[in-house]
Amino acid sequence: MNMDTILTHSPALIIAVPLLGAFLTPLISRINDKLRNVFVILTVGLTGFLVSLLSYDVLINGKIHTYVFGSQDIGSPVVRILFEVDGMNAFMIIIGAILVFVAVVYSWAFMKENTGLDKYYTLILLMAAGMFGMMLTGDMFNFFVFLEITSISSCALIAFWTNKGKAVEAGFKYIVISTIGALFILFAIAILYGQYNALNMAVLANSIQSPMTFLDKTALVLLIAGLAMKAGIVPMHMWLPDAYGRAPASVTLILVGTTQASLYALFRMVFTVYGNSLSLDAEPLRQIGEVDITLNGLLGVIIVLLAIITIIVGVLMALKQSDFKRTIAFAAVAEIGYMFLAVGAGLWAIGTTHGMMALKGGIFHIINDALDVGLLFLVAGAIYYATKETSLNKMGGLARNMKYTTIFFLIGLLAVSGMPPMNGFASKLLIYESTYLINPILAIVAILCSILLLAVFVKVFHSAFLGPKIPRFNDVKEVPKSMLIAMGLLACVIIFFGLFPDLIVNNIVDPAANALANNSNYISQIIGGP
Amino acid sequence: MIYNIPFIAVAALIMIGLYAVIFKRNLIKIVIGITLIESGVNLFLITLGYREKSIAPIHTGNPEGIMSLPVPQALTLTSIVIGVAVLALMLSLIIHIYRHYGTLDVRKLAKEEDEE
Repeated sequence: MNMDTILTHSPALIIAVPLLGAFLTPLISRINDKLRNVFVILTVGLTGFLVSLLSYDVLINGKIHTYVFGSQDIGSPVVRILFEVDGMNAFMIIIGAILVFVAVVYSWAFMKENTGLDKYYTLILLMAAGMFGMMLTGDMFNFFVFLEITSISSCALIAFWTNKGKAVEAGFKYIVISTIGALFILFAIAILYGQYNALNMAVLANSIQSPMTFLDKTALVLLIAGLAMKAGIVPMHMWLPDAYGRAPASVTLILVGTTQASLYALFRMVFTVYGNSLSLDAEPLRQIGEVDITLNGLLGVIIVLLAIITIIVGVLMALKQSDFKRTIAFAAVAEIGYMFLAVGAGLWAIGTTHGMMALKGGIFHIINDALDVGLLFLVAGAIYYATKETSLNKMGGLARNMKYTTIFFLIGLLAVSGMPPMNGFASKLLIYESTYLINPILAIVAILCSILLLAVFVKVFHSAFLGPKIPRFNDVKEVPKSMLIAMGLLACVIIFFGLFPDLIVNNIVDPAANALANNSNYISQIIGGP
Repeated sequence: MIYNIPFIAVAALIMIGLYAVIFKRNLIKIVIGITLIESGVNLFLITLGYREKSIAPIHTGNPEGIMSLPVPQALTLTSIVIGVAVLALMLSLIIHIYRHYGTLDVRKLAKEEDEE
């Protein structure tokens, strides 16, 4: 088997490897616990290798990979599932691979004292498989199935510590929201299927022409509502702080990834499936006096408004929390707002250079947010591991005993609040610059909330790490190596991204932004050239 | 009109389900609401594939007449299986919640949360 064969089959293998690994884990777990941990890390590592192989080919060589499950014959009316990997998909699976790998390494020590770890690892791998599926699939119904795989396994993981009532409650909240969201999405898929007799995203994108029919609009509203619910946009964010805050830290890290997979799907639906109606020469939805109401303007304004509310609510709620992980969770809500803001601005000013810049900033911020928020969650988990304490009011003076963790928290703090030279600065600068050109108020709110985020985390830093010695924490030790390695990995990537933003933007973000902005390549790969 | 009855049923099921999820305070009733929404969506999928006087899409013995579309039925089957998994998970979580708090009332659960 040579490299080309592996590359051709990699879209399927990226899902198959963790899926197979998931069901082998309980068997291997019967032999030896250490062997199981090694096996899981190897499985995830192999997936990561396949991901890097595939995304290198897509991002650097500019190819679009398709993978067909079922009949290979293009012409006949066939029942089949297509995977399609373009720049945006490749970008997302990189995030997924980094997060899953770090989470598994972190789990080694973090979850050591728990029982039922064979189930834990099985669910982690299932969640990873579902997440990669969501990021790779080119079929609407297949997307729904992967969405449900992800939400079922992540719900079980959020409620993993069933001895805590609140964790179970958070799991219940999550499953209710995600099921309703998924059913909305399924309803939208059914509407589109009934209208166009197709489930493939590219075929649907080709069929949905401007002006949109009433059913198209209904489906779009349902899709956006369902996916925004899963992505945690205010006012549908209330499950997110609970789920992020109560789940084990390693699970939270992957949850960040699955949330972003939903966000990716939202972008894919709006930009690709409804892409034809977005372009500037598309017919306006309605005319009021002299003003044309176009789809991209309307969607852009709505998304930007939601994003602004999300940012403000997230930051303000983060300020008043006293629980470590809940603080970070609300900051994560705010960060999702930033991506949404940038993409909404990009939609608003579609076809212009600053619109494109906003889009790039938003996409770059997806990966930065995953790394920054992920690192902070891992630090919170490490502190919980060392002190068994989550309330900020009862902590203090931890910097004395946990040097490395303190450094990692500082890195995360600077990155999440957009300070140079961390990666958050690079993407936030892009967002500020581009939104300022569209409407200065947007940029002002964004900068202000960034400063508030800094205030939030300086407060957290002060109450957890600085301050007088607390006798109770005298014999607190630094966390085990595997957790330090996991945090160190994320911190290294953060600093690397912060120091060489050009490299990342040109090689990874650009292809992704172009793939979103221009859907004709995505369509022609399946339908055939124009 | 008569052919629209399934669609009216779909709308009614989804609306009743959403009402239950949003306004009911008992966790089990919320779960019932979710299953109602799910039935509504499943019915919608099935209805889409049905043609007047069509028969089940089974090719054995070359039956005459038009067949209903099999794809939505396959989708519905998948969706039902997923729904069962979700339902089981939700109910098992409810059992855990009841063990911890001794209540299924959302208001009382929220009160417990404040006290902690």
